[in-house]
Amino acid sequence: MTAIEDATLKLDPEEARRVRQERLERIGKWVLPLAIMVLAIWLWDRICVWNEIPQYILPRPGVVLQTLHSDAGLLFSSLLVTLRITFLSLLLAVIGGVGLAVLFAQSKWVEMSFFPFAIVLQVTPIVAIFPLINIYVNNQTVKLLLCAWIVAFFPILSNTTLGLNSVDRNLRDLFKLNGATRWQQLRYLRLPAAMPYFLGGLKIAGGLSLIGAVVAEFVAGAQGQSSGLASRIIEAGYRLNAPRLFAALILISLTGILIFLVLSLVSHLILRRWHESALKQER
Amino acid sequence: MIQEKVAQKAASGEAPMLLSLRNVGKVFSNGVTALSKVDLAIREGDFLSLLGPSGCGKSTALRLIAGLSTQTSGQLDWRGPVDRSNIGFVFQEPTLLPWASVFDNVWLPLRLKGVARAKAEPTVMEMLSRVHLTGFENAVPRELSGGMKMRVSIARAMVTKPRILLMDEPFAALDEITRFKLNNDLLELWQDERFTVVFVTHSVFESVFLSSRVVVMAARPGRVFSELTVDAPYPRDEVFRTSPDYAALCRQASDVLVNAINSTAGPHHDGH
Repeated sequence: MTAIEDATLKLDPEEARRVRQERLERIGKWVLPLAIMVLAIWLWDRICVWNEIPQYILPRPGVVLQTLHSDAGLLFSSLLVTLRITFLSLLLAVIGGVGLAVLFAQSKWVEMSFFPFAIVLQVTPIVAIFPLINIYVNNQTVKLLLCAWIVAFFPILSNTTLGLNSVDRNLRDLFKLNGATRWQQLRYLRLPAAMPYFLGGLKIAGGLSLIGAVVAEFVAGAQGQSSGLASRIIEAGYRLNAPRLFAALILISLTGILIFLVLSLVSHLILRRWHESALKQER
Repeated sequence: MIQEKVAQKAASGEAPMLLSLRNVGKVFSNGVTALSKVDLAIREGDFLSLLGPSGCGKSTALRLIAGLSTQTSGQLDWRGPVDRSNIGFVFQEPTLLPWASVFDNVWLPLRLKGVARAKAEPTVMEMLSRVHLTGFENAVPRELSGGMKMRVSIARAMVTKPRILLMDEPFAALDEITRFKLNNDLLELWQDERFTVVFVTHSVFESVFLSSRVVVMAARPGRVFSELTVDAPYPRDEVFRTSPDYAALCRQASDVLVNAINSTAGPHHDGH
């Protein structure tokens, strides 16, 4: 008998039930969504077969998978184009969002004066702004970047601003007592304190920058000026090439999921030692 | 026993003056008079407690001394040049940087003065051993108990070797056992280093146990009501805590405090 079994024996029935429940939850967390996903794909396949739906309207999952493989060269080179815009715009969103937040944090007046501009940029649909950008900007990449950036920077800006402003009052006094300069206060107190907020914003911005990139490509792609995944979708739509359309779609959503997972991991690694959100609940 | 003499000297008023508050008043922008005509003499090596009900301005007085706030009338006279590095402050909560290790938290005041990590290390490590936290330098605050966090906070306040240590009800949130232990350790530290302490508390027992002088304050408006000299010798330990002398001194202080509370005009509330 191992020590673990020994310990289980000593648990009262209620505690044992709780442990069992936890173990079940741990397994279920992975198995359940997977099972549902498999079921949904199977159902999709069956519906195609039962109703004899033509491939150019709804292709069977197997066909989509085949297309993903046979068109891999085309699709993945397009994916790279989209990814490049996505990551560049996310990078710019981080620089712009954090930079502006730090600027806003210097003075309430600056924040009050300029925050409305940020909101205007945020609430105006990017599709409506794009024609203007199209007129004013020549470079194709810059066009797309600008679009994706406008969509992605706001959550970072607003979250980081909130974080920079929510520093413990006593800690502020402590820094004042020790004669900290403005820069030191920012570097050692406000920026680290804003980190959890920033990372929350980053997770949202990661998804948004992909959306921004795809939407921008759509608008640009309609004019045949883009080679990203969105233009592959448009093109496939015109040609009634539904399998490729689906394959591109799947690539985009997989990319989105991957971005979210990576950013969640980064956030977890940075916060795991000290922030409530990243700590396991102990009982 | 030399230390004992110094303590007695401080208590008897022979030690040089460090700071005197003269006719100090503080009115907040909302019209509340937090302090009115406060006179207070703090001598080198004093362990002075400000004891009083809530709203008597003890914390406000502490913040004035720290320079975190300015008086609206009267003046503070420091003997000799004083800058903020001469002042250590311990808040009611540990007030640590949650993302930084114990070492980094204690290093912080030195770091802000531009002292590099390697250069600060001996001082920081020594301070940590003084508060019995050797071996915890890499832990983050989250991993420490309430009492240990407070020790970090004290180490941080002491790392710059301040002339005066200001403490704002530092142990109020701790359980009694931890509190007693921290009281003992604080006294030990004080006797070794001979800095001046101004200790804000609403506990009669704590103030009598720790201090050489207890200043009792009254509320509305916040003012100095009376002053007691606790002439029990240092070092004080658990023997003192259970002695009749201590009990008598506590009763005396308690009576003064009751008078101070009763002297407050208007309705008073029961919270601390």
